[in-house]
Amino acid sequence: MQVAITVNGVVHERDVDPRTLLVHFLREELDLTGTKIGCDTSQCGACTVHLDGKVLKSCTLLAVQADGAQVTTIEGLAENGNHHPMQTAFWENHGLQCGYCTPGMIMASAAFTRDNPGASEDEIRHYLEGNICRCTGYHNIVKAVKQVADAAAGA
Amino acid sequence: MTTRIFGSGIKRREDPRLITGEALYTDDIKLPGVLHMAVVRSPYAHANIVSIDSAAAEAMEGVVAVYTSDDIGDGLAGLPTAWLIPDSDLKTPEHPALAKGKVRYVGDGVAIVLADDRYRAQDAADAVVVEYEELPAVIDPEEAAQEGAPLIHDDVEGNIAFRWAPFDKEASDKVFADADVVVSERILQQRLLPTAMEPRSAMAQYNAATAELTLWCTSQNPHIHRFIISAVTGLNENKVRVIAPEVGGGFGSKIPCYPDEALVSWAAIKLGVPVKWTETRSENYLITIHGRDHVQHVDMAASSDGKILGVRATVYAGMGGYLSTAAPGIPTILHGLLYVGPYTIDSVYCESIGVMTNGTPTDAYRGAGRPEATFLLERMVDNVAREIGMDPAEVRRKNLIPAFEDGYEVAAGLSYDSGDYPAAFEKALGMAGYGDFRRQQKSAMAEGRHLGIGVTAYTEMCGLGPSQVAGAVGFQGGLWESATVRVTPTGKVQALIGASPHGQGSETTLAQIIADELGFPVDDIEVIHGDTTETPMGWGTYGSRTTPVTGAALAVASQKLKEKARVLAAHLMEANVDDIEYADGSFSVKGSPDQAQSIQDVALMAHLAWNMPEGMDPGFEESQFYDPPNFVYPFGTHIAIVEVDAETGEIELQRYIAVDDCGPQINPEIVAGQIHGGVVQGVAQALCEGAVYDENGQLLTGTMMDYCMPKADMFPNFELGETVTPSPHHPIGVKGVGETGTIASTPTVYNAVLDALAPLGVKQLDMPLTSAKVWSAIQDANGGGS
Repeated sequence: MQVAITVNGVVHERDVDPRTLLVHFLREELDLTGTKIGCDTSQCGACTVHLDGKVLKSCTLLAVQADGAQVTTIEGLAENGNHHPMQTAFWENHGLQCGYCTPGMIMASAAFTRDNPGASEDEIRHYLEGNICRCTGYHNIVKAVKQVADAAAGA
Repeated sequence: MTTRIFGSGIKRREDPRLITGEALYTDDIKLPGVLHMAVVRSPYAHANIVSIDSAAAEAMEGVVAVYTSDDIGDGLAGLPTAWLIPDSDLKTPEHPALAKGKVRYVGDGVAIVLADDRYRAQDAADAVVVEYEELPAVIDPEEAAQEGAPLIHDDVEGNIAFRWAPFDKEASDKVFADADVVVSERILQQRLLPTAMEPRSAMAQYNAATAELTLWCTSQNPHIHRFIISAVTGLNENKVRVIAPEVGGGFGSKIPCYPDEALVSWAAIKLGVPVKWTETRSENYLITIHGRDHVQHVDMAASSDGKILGVRATVYAGMGGYLSTAAPGIPTILHGLLYVGPYTIDSVYCESIGVMTNGTPTDAYRGAGRPEATFLLERMVDNVAREIGMDPAEVRRKNLIPAFEDGYEVAAGLSYDSGDYPAAFEKALGMAGYGDFRRQQKSAMAEGRHLGIGVTAYTEMCGLGPSQVAGAVGFQGGLWESATVRVTPTGKVQALIGASPHGQGSETTLAQIIADELGFPVDDIEVIHGDTTETPMGWGTYGSRTTPVTGAALAVASQKLKEKARVLAAHLMEANVDDIEYADGSFSVKGSPDQAQSIQDVALMAHLAWNMPEGMDPGFEESQFYDPPNFVYPFGTHIAIVEVDAETGEIELQRYIAVDDCGPQINPEIVAGQIHGGVVQGVAQALCEGAVYDENGQLLTGTMMDYCMPKADMFPNFELGETVTPSPHHPIGVKGVGETGTIASTPTVYNAVLDALAPLGVKQLDMPLTSAKVWSAIQDANGGGS
């Protein structure tokens, strides 16, 4: 099937197998391998992207369902060559180790703090339930997200 | 005055590529014309293969080939077991890359399909028709060791792969016979699923003209993978290049060489095109090694005033359907030798029985043998305390080994390097406010609230390890590391290491060691790893060994380079070597500070070699092979405070205090991260993780929907403290810290929950302590049933 999906501001027209998951479309068709696959049951959140501004696990959608949509992946999060504040916060707070969950964590957290400035630590921990990290014990991830949430509230 | 880079929690040098999605993990690497491999896997835990019909699969669109064990023939040797523990009558049953005639666990590979697309490969794998004759299966290792249990390998009688019992049983029996108090418990160390977030992946490419194979794979030890792939394919080792690109966590599960890596290599050679395989998470849970799986019968002997006299255990350790790469060493060498822990226990005995079962093969999972030892010790110390009516912290205090700086022999045969256990212990108790807590606990109980506290004192052996010891305990490799510090003419550094970090932040930590020794800015140092062609030989990243062992190799190589620089600087400044002073990357002549040569100046002059001292070779590069003289023994005390809701059985982890001593910390932020992550993994074993099989050997926790992975909202912020006791035998005094969190935290939280449950009459529970289990136990204890 023909699809036209805008990813990180660029329109991509492709003929795809109707069963192709959006995450495979991004990774295999567009070579945007920053979006990761960590499970096959939509638990881990490694494949999190933004679809029309909303947080989405890209393994839960077929590419054809994203026809006409605007998708942002980790590769498109930085603006004008500057890291997004969430990327900076993860770096500054040692919010990552192996880095595999990191793109999904950052995409989910960036949307969360945008929509919930000033979120409390409890709210952050609750929200992050949809993203699994095996390395960090979440401690520094929560710290990073809190830093951005606090800054967003102060702005 | 500049801040010393050693000890500074600088940002990680790995992170820019990781936070932008630019890092390339194995599955992210694309090769033109690549075929995707899917594996037809056994749906039965134990069955004879009657027939395999691949005709329908072969006819499907995009399918290039389907192969079975018969097609491979002798094209691939069986996967070797590489830890041949001595004096244990070890059997090593054949582990073919694809099952020959019989499958031994759910997920055992039966055939492979090669197709032009991963969806099509999986479709075709589903279309391969395999007829099985199902056999009775056994999962529990103690049951599998009983007479009459289904026999899994014809050449492993009674399913007993080994029986390891190196200690004096008579002496141990006497201690127990004479003791005032003996406490006993059957402890289940449940199976755990390592769950590195990056699933395993492998891609092979063969160049027929040069007869060279390149294998990209998710490996913690590419040089070991090269060694094994060479052995199973028959290719010369110098014609095999193994690349571990970005690797997304391992926790031990990416140490072994699995059938899948061998199969993509074989298929790439056979078909002359690149072949890639990436497991799904469900596949990962079936086929990538599991951890733990012990049934332990444990006794502890003590005097009535709380002196611990002896510990003994019979351990049934589940090996799964085949013996994985390092499996026999885990419940033996890395387990029984740790039975003294941080205490003055004079008598230890361990009989560890390695049992073949119809579960997924087990192997090293974060801590590997040491968490299982620490748990049983700490559990039994609490049992002793309850039995004699003494506070559990007091029993520990009474038995801790006093501080020592250079060597302490323990009854289990190890020589600990250094420790000040009481200091870490008292610090942790102080941070927790232990005395106050006991009072709060009483008043909470008066209100019907159930608080509990758990205290774990631990030490562990890591930084594996002297090669001579490796040989003596049957490890089929050395345990040294090598490293090269190569300085370019413009004064930039490439450090080449044989170890293969995969999330630990070693590119940062190791660069800090070099920067500290030689004065190069840390941003001018690249640490290069994970490619057997680019890097010198090394045995890999596991056992908390990269900072201690590779770090030592780099420190010594850097020191050699500094010495060369000192001599060359003296020559260039026409001064006596003894008059050269070094500070912050600059060499100057004593008394004439205006005359100086920076390390970069010296590096350039060493490359130009226009004016070298007599006998000095050109170039600015040093290599070091480093074989540690002993393990390193980090230690500490962890404390957890929990509240149990007696109405629901829910457990709230309210505080977690960890005081760890890993010697001088190179990057405290990275150390903290290792502890945070380790603690969560260990706590999750106590509270929620556990692989569950049904009676037919079907894995019921086969997806992340069913297997309880720890989430952010299960934890408070951790309270970390440290003491600093350098290792006397290490060039820069450091110890490993990768596994301490996992080793210490499971018993800490378990004991805290049982402390909370004690007034309710609950004395023992098997992990994981789910709310359903806790609630039922409370009901049972109250005589209410459930």
